[in-house]
Amino acid sequence: MSANPGLHRFHGGLHLPDHKQESLTRPLEHAGIPDQIILRVNQHIGEENEPQVKVGQRVLKRQVLARSSEFVSAPVHAPTSGIIRAIEKRPVAHASRMSADCFVIEPDGIEEGLEPPSPIGSAHRIDKKDAILRRIREFGIVGLGGAAFPTAAKIETADRYNIKTLIINGAECEPYITCDDILMRSDPLKVLRGIASLQLILQPRETLIGIEDNKQAAIAAMQDALDKLGLDNTRIVVIPTLYPSGGEKQLIRILTGIEVRSGQLSFEVGVFCQNVGTCAAIARAIEENEPLTSRIVTVTGPGVRNPSNWTAKLGTPVSWLIEKAGGYSVDEPMLVMGGPMMGLELESDQIPVVKATNTILVLDKRDQPTVRECVRCGQCTEACPAQLLPQQLYWYSRSRQFDHAEQYHLFDCIECGCCAAVCPSHLPLVQYYRFAKGEIWEQRRKTWKSDQSRRRHEFREARIQKQKALEEERRRQKREELARKKAAESGDQSDTKPPAANQDLVKAALERVKARKKSADEAPRNTTDLTPEQQRQIDEADQRRRQMNKDKQ
Amino acid sequence: MILSSPFVNPSAATSRMMLNVLLALVPGTIAYVWYFGMGLIVNLVFAIAFALLFEAIILWLRKRPLKPYLSDYSAVVTAWLFALCIPMHSPWWLVATGIGFAMLAGKHLYGGLGFNPFNPAMVGYVVLLISFPKEMTTWFQPIPISQDSLGLIDAFAYSLGMLDSAAWDSLTSATPLDLHKTGLSMNLMSSEIRQSPMFGDFGGIGWEWIANWWFIGGLFLLYKRAIRWHIPVAMTAGLLVPATMAYVINPDSVASPAFHLFSGGFLLGAFFIATDPVTASTTHRGRLIYGFFIGFMIFVIRSWGGYPDGVAFAVLLANMCVPLIDYYTQPRVFGVKPPEER
Amino acid sequence: MLILIAVLTLSFIAGSFGLILGYAAIRFKVEGNPIVDQVDALLPQTQCGQCGFPGCRPYAEAIAKGEAPINQCPPGGENTIAALADLLDVDALPLNDEHGEHSDVPLVAVIDENNCIGCTLCIQACPVDAILGSAKHMHTIIESECTGCELCLPPCPVDCIDMLPVKQTLADWKWAIPQFRERDAHVR
Repeated sequence: MSANPGLHRFHGGLHLPDHKQESLTRPLEHAGIPDQIILRVNQHIGEENEPQVKVGQRVLKRQVLARSSEFVSAPVHAPTSGIIRAIEKRPVAHASRMSADCFVIEPDGIEEGLEPPSPIGSAHRIDKKDAILRRIREFGIVGLGGAAFPTAAKIETADRYNIKTLIINGAECEPYITCDDILMRSDPLKVLRGIASLQLILQPRETLIGIEDNKQAAIAAMQDALDKLGLDNTRIVVIPTLYPSGGEKQLIRILTGIEVRSGQLSFEVGVFCQNVGTCAAIARAIEENEPLTSRIVTVTGPGVRNPSNWTAKLGTPVSWLIEKAGGYSVDEPMLVMGGPMMGLELESDQIPVVKATNTILVLDKRDQPTVRECVRCGQCTEACPAQLLPQQLYWYSRSRQFDHAEQYHLFDCIECGCCAAVCPSHLPLVQYYRFAKGEIWEQRRKTWKSDQSRRRHEFREARIQKQKALEEERRRQKREELARKKAAESGDQSDTKPPAANQDLVKAALERVKARKKSADEAPRNTTDLTPEQQRQIDEADQRRRQMNKDKQ
Repeated sequence: MILSSPFVNPSAATSRMMLNVLLALVPGTIAYVWYFGMGLIVNLVFAIAFALLFEAIILWLRKRPLKPYLSDYSAVVTAWLFALCIPMHSPWWLVATGIGFAMLAGKHLYGGLGFNPFNPAMVGYVVLLISFPKEMTTWFQPIPISQDSLGLIDAFAYSLGMLDSAAWDSLTSATPLDLHKTGLSMNLMSSEIRQSPMFGDFGGIGWEWIANWWFIGGLFLLYKRAIRWHIPVAMTAGLLVPATMAYVINPDSVASPAFHLFSGGFLLGAFFIATDPVTASTTHRGRLIYGFFIGFMIFVIRSWGGYPDGVAFAVLLANMCVPLIDYYTQPRVFGVKPPEER
Repeated sequence: MLILIAVLTLSFIAGSFGLILGYAAIRFKVEGNPIVDQVDALLPQTQCGQCGFPGCRPYAEAIAKGEAPINQCPPGGENTIAALADLLDVDALPLNDEHGEHSDVPLVAVIDENNCIGCTLCIQACPVDAILGSAKHMHTIIESECTGCELCLPPCPVDCIDMLPVKQTLADWKWAIPQFRERDAHVR
């Protein structure tokens, strides 16, 4: 099927070599249970989760391990049964290379699961809708296209608007990534049933499934399944292969012609977008009673021997998947989570898979080109899908003129990487924009904080003035009273304590502190007078620590 | 250092673009040598050598590594264009001074490649034109007319000042543009001036064919996407529109549009000099305005200015206007309403 | 006679321009923030007094009156000096070391609760009321409100307050500007 006519286009974009065939020659397989699961506590954009289990506890598959009571959040479930060995900071996929809290689970291989909840039955649409939304929230579904935004929060927010068009994103425009492609080929009915749930909730007038035309097998499979299932007002729209057609604003433009305004939500123009992987996860949650504990990950790139797709449990270390895919084929591999245009470099292969991991891309570290100066050729402007002037943004970011960069619409940049990819001088343009955005955000935080400090200071000054005035008033009244009672009274009317007593108290306190500080320097203060219970806990902890050290060797 | 995405770059590097420019210059250069002899070769050798030498010295003074900056071929391109602009058989010191100014005041004083607001080759040329008017107007006749020229060794010797220049004076002549301007100022009619043996079918002998080869080289650059069509087309329009209007009104007091197009450095300027990305406008609409401005100024300077050819001055004047042009020709951003609709 | 004409012509020109400018000054007058508020908005509001003035507002007033140079604020550092130079159209001066050093890492005060004696001297010293507590009760510093001005350290009789760097979290980490071997020298 070739691309439908009547589609709109967006400015710029790149035709990139798609490198998709390599990982599609092998069928989708399960990656199995790794030796160790490192499950990050937070796997979504939004408020932080809090652990609900303790170290040493045995957990069952599908058990909730962490949740938050905030609106924009998604709980995390155990992908398999095992024992929580630790809840500690581990290296995770973040550009800062900082660590984050993770559950370290030792799987027991039994895969014993929690009893699944009763299936959603009720006939009334409204009850069913509430039940579905609750299920989506309870089962930790987040956007699997890479953003990991909690789906329940997204749907509930969208429901307040009038959604006319439901767009399902099957574009997968970035090179190398094929997880959505293989999902649509192997289980299109599941995707469509997830779409049906969304349709039940949002009641759109039409549903458009956008798929790029380099995925003929997936298109055929989806079309077959659609004919079988027969969803109303739903059709597959084949779009021309162009990066970044899969970006939300670009896809909306292609399929509907609507240009979502800068700073506007797509809901405001009546459009709701969801990735095909998320739809399949919704179907699994509702029909198979499975929370989000695994996802399809493409392991590919010139640095891995057998590029392939794997259904991996969340928390699987990247090294496990690479071994499954035949191991490294280059001496100096460079690991990227995500695609080559928008992915994140990983510093080690011990970093685990999270809900947002759609691809593990293994590149060769030696392929990094020399960076030269900007020659103002303007090719970046031609490629930018947001119609910005990347060159100007570069010059202003580089010279730290952030107010100018903002005027040139820096925050409309979707960081797709088209500009950096076409730059003949190989400038890392996207990094400049990310740097500028970070500086601007930090400046805004600082300004907010300093405004806050100023208000507190001014309030304090006002309070002190008021107190002084009150004191002055009281003294004046007292003086008048004194003057009246001068003759009758004798002796002092002072209302201050004798200074001597006060000073003694202060001196005693100072002595106590000095003594305490001195003893603090000499010996630990909390190891005397231990109860037997405390001593036992300390011994156990010591033993665990020794065991861990032994295991490490 | 933490690297950010993207991790692939399928584009051709800057050095590749520069090499394409050099490749596109070759046909015209060969035609030039064919018509005017070895003088250009000498100019090229000295210009390229001095350009690289000066660039290396300046980089060393600026405490920068030499290899990455010298290997992007930008100095070679500047030198080549510069050598094409100055008269053939120029003294070596003229070449050295000009290219030295181009490298220093035209490029590195601003921070090197990418930072200069003015076209370096044009800066060098203009400095020479104003400082050494006699040497800069000593052009030679095309070989089909003079039937004599210096050989390669002689050309080098001549440039180094080792030959008696008086012996070769008979070969010098003004350029066709210069002849035309002088003729008009003597109240000759355009058609009369065109009778001179120095003029060919539509331009000067030799010059018109060299211009054709610049055009073909320009088409090659367009094909290779090293340049875009906006500046050459706009520049041509900027020249031809007033030229045609003037020619229609009074054909005898101005040169024909065809003559304007194929004379002097116009086509070289349109495809190789004005399209220098560092100093040209950066937005598409801006480039149209920029190119038109240059073409128009070339016509104005040729017709009423003090110099026979106005390419260099027009380009430099336009360079001055680039920030203003860029500011007012920003494209509309996706998702932002244009001002009228707000 | 000629001289008279010349003088009259020039006087007429000068007079008309003067009238035009006067009219423009009144008709197109821009009501903006007084300069003191604008300067104060750029200062970091640490209220530390390192500039030599008792707080940020007095320093802003001094700058606006031209009585103080713009380079006396260590917490603001180069960024603040540059912003002030921009606002006032003067040259940016390097930070005056006599007033203190600029630290890129933000510091907050922390009370060692084992040693605090509840004397309230630090509470009285804090310019932004960032210390919670009362007489003979434990004092604690509200980390989010502390500006790192260090004014609470000298009054404490038991020296139980330390300045510690604020921990960076995933939420406020930011990308660094790209740096390359060939271009390291001139990237600011």
